[in-house]
Amino acid sequence: MLEINNLHVKLEEEDKIILRGVNLKIGAGEVHAIMGPNGSGKSTLSYVLSGRDGYEVTEGSAKLEGAELLEMEPEARAAAGLFLAFQYPVEIPGVGNMTFLRTAVNAQRKARGEAEISAGDFLKLVREKAKALQIDAEMLKRPVNVGFSGGEKKRNEILQMAMLEPKMCILDETDSGLDVDAMKLVAEGVNALRGAGRSFLVITHYQRLLDHIKPDFVHIMAAGRIIKTGGPELALEVENNGYADLLAEGV
Amino acid sequence: MAVLQSKQDALQARIAALSFAPQGWLGAARSDALARLTAMGLPGKRDEYWRYTDPTGLNAVEAASVNLFDPGDEPAPFSGVDRLKIVFVDGVFDASQSDALALEGVKIERLSDAAEADIHWASGLYGVLETRGQSPVQRPFAALNSAFAGDGLLIRVTQTPSKPISLIYQHKAMTSDVILHHCIKVESGAEVTILENGAAAARLNHVMEIEVADGARFHHIRAQGRAHTRQAVTHLFARIGRNAAFKSFTLTANGRLTRNDAVLELLGADSVAHVAGAALGDGDFHHDDTVFITHAAERCESRQVFKKVLKNGAIGVFQGKILVKQGAQKTDGYQISQALMLDGDSQFLAKPELEIYADDVKCSHGSTSGAIDETALFYLRSRGVPLRQAQSLLVLAFLAEAISEIEDDVISEDIRQRLQSWLARHEH
Ligand SMILES: Nc1ncnc2c1ncn2[C@@H]1O[C@H](COP(=O)(O)OP(=O)(O)O)[C@@H](O)[C@H]1O
Ligand SMILES: [Mg+2]
Repeated sequence: MLEINNLHVKLEEEDKIILRGVNLKIGAGEVHAIMGPNGSGKSTLSYVLSGRDGYEVTEGSAKLEGAELLEMEPEARAAAGLFLAFQYPVEIPGVGNMTFLRTAVNAQRKARGEAEISAGDFLKLVREKAKALQIDAEMLKRPVNVGFSGGEKKRNEILQMAMLEPKMCILDETDSGLDVDAMKLVAEGVNALRGAGRSFLVITHYQRLLDHIKPDFVHIMAAGRIIKTGGPELALEVENNGYADLLAEGV
Repeated sequence: MAVLQSKQDALQARIAALSFAPQGWLGAARSDALARLTAMGLPGKRDEYWRYTDPTGLNAVEAASVNLFDPGDEPAPFSGVDRLKIVFVDGVFDASQSDALALEGVKIERLSDAAEADIHWASGLYGVLETRGQSPVQRPFAALNSAFAGDGLLIRVTQTPSKPISLIYQHKAMTSDVILHHCIKVESGAEVTILENGAAAARLNHVMEIEVADGARFHHIRAQGRAHTRQAVTHLFARIGRNAAFKSFTLTANGRLTRNDAVLELLGADSVAHVAGAALGDGDFHHDDTVFITHAAERCESRQVFKKVLKNGAIGVFQGKILVKQGAQKTDGYQISQALMLDGDSQFLAKPELEIYADDVKCSHGSTSGAIDETALFYLRSRGVPLRQAQSLLVLAFLAEAISEIEDDVISEDIRQRLQSWLARHEH
């Protein structure tokens, strides 16, 4: 599904290198987790994959189902099936959440040569998916993420993911700032999307989330590289011992 | 104050070809207006409220020729609104294209017909609000209008009519130079909506004097003409009574020069005055909103919401003042003017002013100019929305606060559609 090879990234504006040769291969239907200390480059990886400005790829490639992501515009990556649940979802005053969702769904359909979804079908679909995430009608009417609590913003990300049905989902610290109940809700939302060959890359600090979303592989990222890969037991090791030992090993 | 000889000469040249017809009840009003104008002279760059906007094109003896605008297959503004249509062609009322001037609760007369008749209520309005609006800021083009207006309507609303009154200004002659003057009186307890659209002329001077009586409500929504090089100077003068409402929204897309003045006086307690505008300019576009709101009574609320989208060197100006007089306690005054710059070449010049002589008031004003929020743009694109569409969505979002000042949903949707299609045409 996703194949990242020797990815090197620096900031566009300054000579700061952030990713130093990331290699990662995610098969169809697999769930991978990335853990790692703050500042190790996890969010940068997710932004570079989804096409945010401000970064310069100096080496390497990232392919989604064989197609080079790094050469595509962000909207083309989305239409190709990539989705990023933002660590910090963006507020857009003046754009209603519903309008936003419908515009996105239809834009992707159009890019894939499919017909637009009818207003009625769309409404039915949103209501159904929103209900599962306990997002009420009021939240759907409000401007995108404006005045939403931290938890509401994260649930709204999952709602977008559910509506867009991407192939490759990246979740950047979707669990941070959530209480236990909200986290369960989010995890259920994610689990409901598992299957059908859909793959996930879950970036998190905590074992907690991985209790609910069982990963097939766990990677540890430090200083811009993946220094260790293992099974779910690796997350437990981090939970119990922190990163210190792993970092020492990794050097 | 003596006016410089050169200024006096310029004024004489400007008005030489205009026909002056001081007959009937209007005669005295026109003569007074001419005297006011002569005392002031035409505005120049040195005048405080003409520093950001060059009046040369408005002062010129002849109107510069303008290519007519072809709207293509876009429906005319307010097409979907059930309304009483009154058409002017190059500033002259056209009965053949207009509906009968009959609407229950409303009396509508042509200014040019009314000169002979004794229309008592109009003589208390024509040039009267304009005169009040000359202090403390001089507005020579409004005086020129009162003196030389070629046509216009006198609309008296005694009861709420069943539909809006729609004034449609067709522009057919490339060099038409038009002066229109309307007086509107909304009697106690009545509510009316006035729609205006169209360029009217190559150069338009437009004045509307509005009296909103106690308990009355006045709504005004206009879409100014889109001919690219047309010029317009407009004035709204309103006197607002007790427990009354005045709401005006203007959409301006294109035009070489637009100067829209609004001079609103809240004279009775518990009233509201809202004036809003959305302006879209690409290239050779200069748009100026100059607003003066006076709070002279207690517990009134005023709002000024102006948003401008500028690209390719377009210029936006906002000069807005809230004056709170002594005794106008519990005033709530809000003023916001914002420009969204779609590139680095455009300019926004803002001059917000507050002058407050009461102690228990709430007034806020803010002015910003900035580019499209890149983070929001990326967020939209990451969800699959193409760049251009994402930009348009954010521009509309920027304008949303101004559009939301329009109370009627059908009309506000019409305006939104118009903004959207302008954005679609200017996506490049
Ligand atoms: N746009 C940026 N400007 C400046 N520094 C950045 C930017 N993006 C990332 N960084 C820096 O790159 C490093 C990695 O950041 P990030 O990818 O957010 O790490 P993580 O998500 O693992 O906490 C940090 O040192 C961070 O400060
Ligand atoms: Mg991060």
